[in-house]
Amino acid sequence: MLRRLALATPVILALPVLASTVSAQEAAPVIATGDAVTTYTLDNGLEVVVIEDHRAPVVTQMLWYRVGSADEPEGASGVAHFLEHLLFKATDDLEAGEFSATVAANGGSDNAFTSTDYTAYFQRVAADRLPLMMQMEAERMNDLALTDEDIETERQVIVEERNQRTESNPGALAREQMVAAQYINHPYGRPVIGWMHEIEGLGRKEVRDFYETYYSPNDAILVVAGDVLPEEVLALAEEHYGPIPAEPDLPERIRPQEPPQRAARHLVYVDERVSQPYVTRSYLAPERDSGDQETAAALTYLAEILGGSSFTSVLGEELVFERDIALHAGAGYDGMSLDDATFSLSIVPKPGVTLDAAEAALDEVVAGFLDTGPTPEQMERIRTQLRASEIYARDSVEALARRYGAALSQGLTVEDVGAWPEILQSVTAEQVVEAARAVFDPDQSVTLHVAPTREEEPK
Amino acid sequence: MIRTLSLTLAFCAGFAGVARAEIEIEEVTSPGGIEAWLVEDHTIPFTALELRFEGGTGLDDPERLGAVNLMTGLLEEGAGEMDARAFQAAREDLAASFSFDVGTDTLRVSARMLSENRDAAADLLRAALAAPRFDPVAIERVRGQVQSILAQDEQNPRRLASRAFYEAAFGDHPYGRPDNGTPESVAALTREDLLEAHEAALTRDRVHVAAVGDITPEKLGALIDELLGDLPQTGPDLPDHVDFGLTGGIDVIDYPTPQSTALFGQPGLKRDDPDFFAAYVLNHILGGGGFESRLMTEVREKRGLTYGVSTDLVPLENAEFWIGSLASANDKMAQAIEVIRDQWARIASEGVTQQELDAAKTYLTGEYPLRFDGNGPIADILVGMQLTGLPKSYVTERNAFIEAVTLEEVNRVAAERVDPQALHFVVVGRPEGLEPDTAPRITLPEVVPPAE
Repeated sequence: MLRRLALATPVILALPVLASTVSAQEAAPVIATGDAVTTYTLDNGLEVVVIEDHRAPVVTQMLWYRVGSADEPEGASGVAHFLEHLLFKATDDLEAGEFSATVAANGGSDNAFTSTDYTAYFQRVAADRLPLMMQMEAERMNDLALTDEDIETERQVIVEERNQRTESNPGALAREQMVAAQYINHPYGRPVIGWMHEIEGLGRKEVRDFYETYYSPNDAILVVAGDVLPEEVLALAEEHYGPIPAEPDLPERIRPQEPPQRAARHLVYVDERVSQPYVTRSYLAPERDSGDQETAAALTYLAEILGGSSFTSVLGEELVFERDIALHAGAGYDGMSLDDATFSLSIVPKPGVTLDAAEAALDEVVAGFLDTGPTPEQMERIRTQLRASEIYARDSVEALARRYGAALSQGLTVEDVGAWPEILQSVTAEQVVEAARAVFDPDQSVTLHVAPTREEEPK
Repeated sequence: MIRTLSLTLAFCAGFAGVARAEIEIEEVTSPGGIEAWLVEDHTIPFTALELRFEGGTGLDDPERLGAVNLMTGLLEEGAGEMDARAFQAAREDLAASFSFDVGTDTLRVSARMLSENRDAAADLLRAALAAPRFDPVAIERVRGQVQSILAQDEQNPRRLASRAFYEAAFGDHPYGRPDNGTPESVAALTREDLLEAHEAALTRDRVHVAAVGDITPEKLGALIDELLGDLPQTGPDLPDHVDFGLTGGIDVIDYPTPQSTALFGQPGLKRDDPDFFAAYVLNHILGGGGFESRLMTEVREKRGLTYGVSTDLVPLENAEFWIGSLASANDKMAQAIEVIRDQWARIASEGVTQQELDAAKTYLTGEYPLRFDGNGPIADILVGMQLTGLPKSYVTERNAFIEAVTLEEVNRVAAERVDPQALHFVVVGRPEGLEPDTAPRITLPEVVPPAE
């Protein structure tokens, strides 16, 4: 299957090129089953997660802040991402650019990324460079300088980034409209990078306020993964992050939630640069919640069974192979989200098949699936692959670090992460059907047609 | 036959610290006589396998452009007794992953196989490589996918720039031709063409093999013979060397977008040129790496003209050149190009400083061992070394080559090889102040809608 139609995930990088815990004083770390994971919490509230992998003398430090684009004040979209860029500029002790230059001078690489729910910074270096990385990361948690000149130049960089990522990409523009329509009240409806007109208006005050409020140890998770020992990481964390005071006025993380959604939304995005028309639909869907991940697990199966494999999924078999009307058909769901997530369906029709016909066929196939439910073979195939993915995941300690950082910054605990593979293994066909019936509610959906001209859409 | 050479990768990080990790590369010769490199590591119960066949789309018959690409896309679409869906269902039931990918110089096969069912997974992969079915229905389906990709490419500024750049630089040589073919050539491909492409592109004398993970040398030897034993011994001649044909100038290709995309380049150095490492370090300082390169500093950090600008020193099998890229708003591209040209001239005339050289060496030598971080990445590095013709000992010697580069060498190479007059830009967009008539317009292949 050859395809090149990326539905980008809303995580963007600074540079193009990605628990129940105990107090440190009690010195009784929680060790999660499966991965070699140890957690601590410092007195100032900083959570520390250590993942051991001694195959190579390399370490990754990731500092995750529990703040993303969905925590931005109204009218200041893009400020979380803007601030992420500015963390590479001057601090009290570091000149602009010195952070990355020092990482490079130590043979390492560094970057950062922003999503709706988190902002994270990471460095990858030889394991014995960890103390210096912590010293610098702690420095910019509290002592960012934020000069007007740096802010001005960086705004231009971000305008170019938005040009490159979004304005030059009809698929990204279409997706932005769709997400905005999906969320009526929740700030997930805003693009992570920000609306262009609001990026252009961001200045020192917006950035400074955001930094002062959210960049604090009690709003952060430190993940250290690689050739390290937990006690040594704890001692280093105490030394470098321990002295930074907690932010007493850290706001509770409550975003505007969705009202009942009562109307199906239909959008048409026309752009002459679109070469391949397609239909995509999203539904509001429950996310993984701490201690309550079963529905998300069932939706994970649903996405895999409906649209995971190009060859054996329900949509692939029926629309690409049997009916022979689509180049590609798929489904997507990622339950890792602090608030309501989305479940998506898509179809790229073959030339000569209208978008209306493609959408109607998609609906028929989904309706048929709701009648019959998954076969035992389909359930078993996905179960096997999910089990194997845990084996393959152990090959990348960086990916494990991301898994824990993302989970802990999106309301889950180390125990939830540890329990997830088992919860996935125990999903039944009945749960999949039940989750499907609940999620496919037309009133909670947005359907988007993307085409090069209006003529593609004879109504 | 199995020979073992134990290598120690030194992790030197800047100042004092030196950590060491051992990776032991074994050279395995299968009973059937195929050589492979193996790193045995039983920590995680799976094996990563990388195969590279020399040739790639360079083997396309000029009258049948896109045949090797379409053939490669069909390797996973049914084999032996199984049609596409049966084949993929079998693979998914084993939770094995196979990927097939082709470029101008090589055809890549990457596989991950669980230890618990490795033999069954290898059977499937063997069938895909040696007995693909090329069912007519699958050919039409994948042909439609290729046509869709070609149509998308015609609307993608980066792909348009790339196509124009390579076409102008290499003309009729395979590097100047479209890898995936054209809408017309792909529409005309027959099943016979695909069978010929398969016969030509997967041969035993042009394959390189690396495996990393939970497998012994004996098992690997047997597995390789099973996988590759049924392939033809040899294939047609490979393409010849070609000079980089662009001279200084700017081409502008009109495209309706708020931000222009540019590729730029000049002649480079062969991988075995005695000055290659000096040029490699020089490139890092000029436009490689991350935030610290001169171009990133001047174009992004100081002026905010782009989100990213970078350069690469590219030694392909049959051509060598410097290539760089950036995207910049239509009203800023002209200024960005001026800054890049200035930096190109400055590094040629003034060279670099000792401090820049030291920083580049520390980064490059420190970054190298960080690449060896997992079974898949290590297998990929090892098979790449075989393709380039590097010995196993290269993994331990490579950093010494970097360390040996002197300031005098870098600056001599900068003066001799970096040529601002030769720097050629291809810009796609509507850049202000860059007149299309500053250079001949490039004619792109006409867009033909996908076949119905």
